[in-house]
Amino acid sequence: MLRKLTLLSIGFAGATSLCSPAFAYMVYVSNEKDNTVTVVDSTTMEVVRTIDVGQRPRGITISHDGKYIYLCASDDDTIEIIDTATHEIVGSLPSGPDPELFVLSPDGKTLYVANEDDNLVTVIDLESKGVLAEVPVGVEPEGMGISPDGKSMVNTSETTNMAHFIDTATNEITHNVLVDSRPRFAEFKPDNSEVWVSSEIGGTVSVIDNSTREIKHKISFEIPGLRSEAIQPVGVRITADGKKAYVALGPANRVAVVNTETYEVEKYVLVGQRVWQLAFTPDQKTIISTNGVSNDITFIDVATDEPVQSVTVGALPWGVVVSPN
Amino acid sequence: MRNVFLVSISVLLSASIICDVAAQQPAKAVKPVLEIKLGYIRAYEPQLALSVLDVAPRDEGVAGAEVAVADNNTTGSFLGQKFSLDVVEVKLGADVVAAYEELVQKGVTYFLTDLSAPQLLSIADLAQDKGLLIFNVGSTDDSLREEECRSNVFHAAPTRTMLADGLAQYLIWKQWRRWVLVHGSHDADKQFADALRRAATRFGGEIVAEKEFADTGTARRTDSGVVQIQRQMPVFTQDFPEHDVLLVADESEVFGTYLPYRTWVPRPVAGTAGLVPSAWHPASEQWGGTQIQNRFAKANGRRMLSKDMAAWTAARIIGEAATRTQVADTAKIADFIRSEDFSIAAFKGQKLTFREWNWQLRQPIFLGDDRSVVSTSPQEGFLHQVSELDTLGIDQPETKCVLD
Repeated sequence: MLRKLTLLSIGFAGATSLCSPAFAYMVYVSNEKDNTVTVVDSTTMEVVRTIDVGQRPRGITISHDGKYIYLCASDDDTIEIIDTATHEIVGSLPSGPDPELFVLSPDGKTLYVANEDDNLVTVIDLESKGVLAEVPVGVEPEGMGISPDGKSMVNTSETTNMAHFIDTATNEITHNVLVDSRPRFAEFKPDNSEVWVSSEIGGTVSVIDNSTREIKHKISFEIPGLRSEAIQPVGVRITADGKKAYVALGPANRVAVVNTETYEVEKYVLVGQRVWQLAFTPDQKTIISTNGVSNDITFIDVATDEPVQSVTVGALPWGVVVSPN
Repeated sequence: MRNVFLVSISVLLSASIICDVAAQQPAKAVKPVLEIKLGYIRAYEPQLALSVLDVAPRDEGVAGAEVAVADNNTTGSFLGQKFSLDVVEVKLGADVVAAYEELVQKGVTYFLTDLSAPQLLSIADLAQDKGLLIFNVGSTDDSLREEECRSNVFHAAPTRTMLADGLAQYLIWKQWRRWVLVHGSHDADKQFADALRRAATRFGGEIVAEKEFADTGTARRTDSGVVQIQRQMPVFTQDFPEHDVLLVADESEVFGTYLPYRTWVPRPVAGTAGLVPSAWHPASEQWGGTQIQNRFAKANGRRMLSKDMAAWTAARIIGEAATRTQVADTAKIADFIRSEDFSIAAFKGQKLTFREWNWQLRQPIFLGDDRSVVSTSPQEGFLHQVSELDTLGIDQPETKCVLD
């Protein structure tokens, strides 16, 4: 479908951007400390706009049709809806207190929100903007991953140190898997076979078998000249073909590239300082990291795994999402 | 919201009773609930402070333990574990054996203590005989980790030498190497002064002069008067040789707060006033700190202080060990805490582990003024072959601790 969209766009592109070699996506970055979202053009890699948003923006995602940005305004206890055409805030969702991170169901209809202060996962129906369920989870829920088949979602609780598997049909916890300290992020493999859970303080990524719900492998990281305590895995993204995983390593200032077959780290890509979250462009040619302390984002070329360019955004960039079209 | 929730139950699930139960209780208890009883013994009497802002909150420390027990119970709800906390208070310097026995009678097997060194030692061996564990959250006394160390006493609070080293590393990093030292006349003040002298020797600072500020028994802020302080402090610091920083060791709250801005020459003050090293800072927001700060403030209506953090950490250590081992038994929990597998996350940017030679928790030291965090130590460039956290405090080669 993506490919179709791209072709279509090229057909129409003649009038506007003939010389543009790649399709321009919009990159949206939430800046935790200055209450803004920075909009960056993925082709020119330049800031095109800064949107004023609610307090302490963190988790950010986009509707499948690209029309709306959903943004956790954590200190306002709400999720803001931003119209991508006008860059105006056009509504909000009843997120529950202190929403930090969320995940959109594959059908685009349901949003699963981690409420950090209340140890809850709130399930929101996007059409009615109503709360479908609240699922009690461990202390400081953060990471939210959903299986591509939409059947199960995983929440990680940072102080309880568990990956909670929630059946999306019943909104009940089915499995609790203990992982290493401060689990931050959960990412399913595209074939539903595994969930990768990063542990920031533990310094590892646990690969959980989605059929047995047991840890089948733990990935650790080693960077010459760096103390092991400085290696703190947070954001994880796996390519659409399931072959490569990217793991943001926090104050190690690097993104690890992991072979998903062997679980070996194949490369460490040096980016900005304190790298947390990651997002692919829809064409999978680029992955973008948010670097909180250096207030920038880094574009990494997925073919070569080389950093291409860093772009200054707002204060303490936290999350990143790229428009689907 | 509640309406929507109820509607969703009836629409989505015909077996609404099952759903309701599941929503209330995160986990179905498949096995009997494991009870883990924590006790908290503290020596408490209202204490004077030079500034009314520094008067300790009534529940200092205890409030942190309560938040951790609530956290442990959230995790415990998935594992069939229930944590409880019983608090007993005694007077400063009073006998604590009766209080300890009272908690033992209630079935407490894990003790958090905010006691003086002699008080703690009076129950340490009694607890050892019964196989019970003590977590020191209140005493910074180095002797408890050195000559008087015990194999059943774990220390969540940092020591005076850790605090002094954390401060000294920063001053050296700043290239502020020439120090003068003013210390109080009480034992605690002298011990912190010793820790500062040791830190100077270790990291290349130079204490070029020292003075004692004797406690002459005034009623502090009530009768000393602003005018007197403003005139006396410059005179008291007038004859110091040239220096970069004035260090102050006044744990007893007799004069330290009066030094900043009142010295003869304009120099920064550090130690127990000015730039203060501590286990936690109420304004720390780094490393997920906002989350524990919010949780603590919501539960207690005030900011989180160092002793609250030490107590939170101690109760979380017990919780973490119970989560990983799935037992309540003190011997198995102690084995796990002492093992290489153990670590705890406490919003300090890295995992914390225990020094296996005296069961002191390794931890970064915050350096802050009364508004904000200035820095955290260890500082860049202070290297160590095992853990950079071991550049803070008495290290293994120097320890006098012999564990049985």
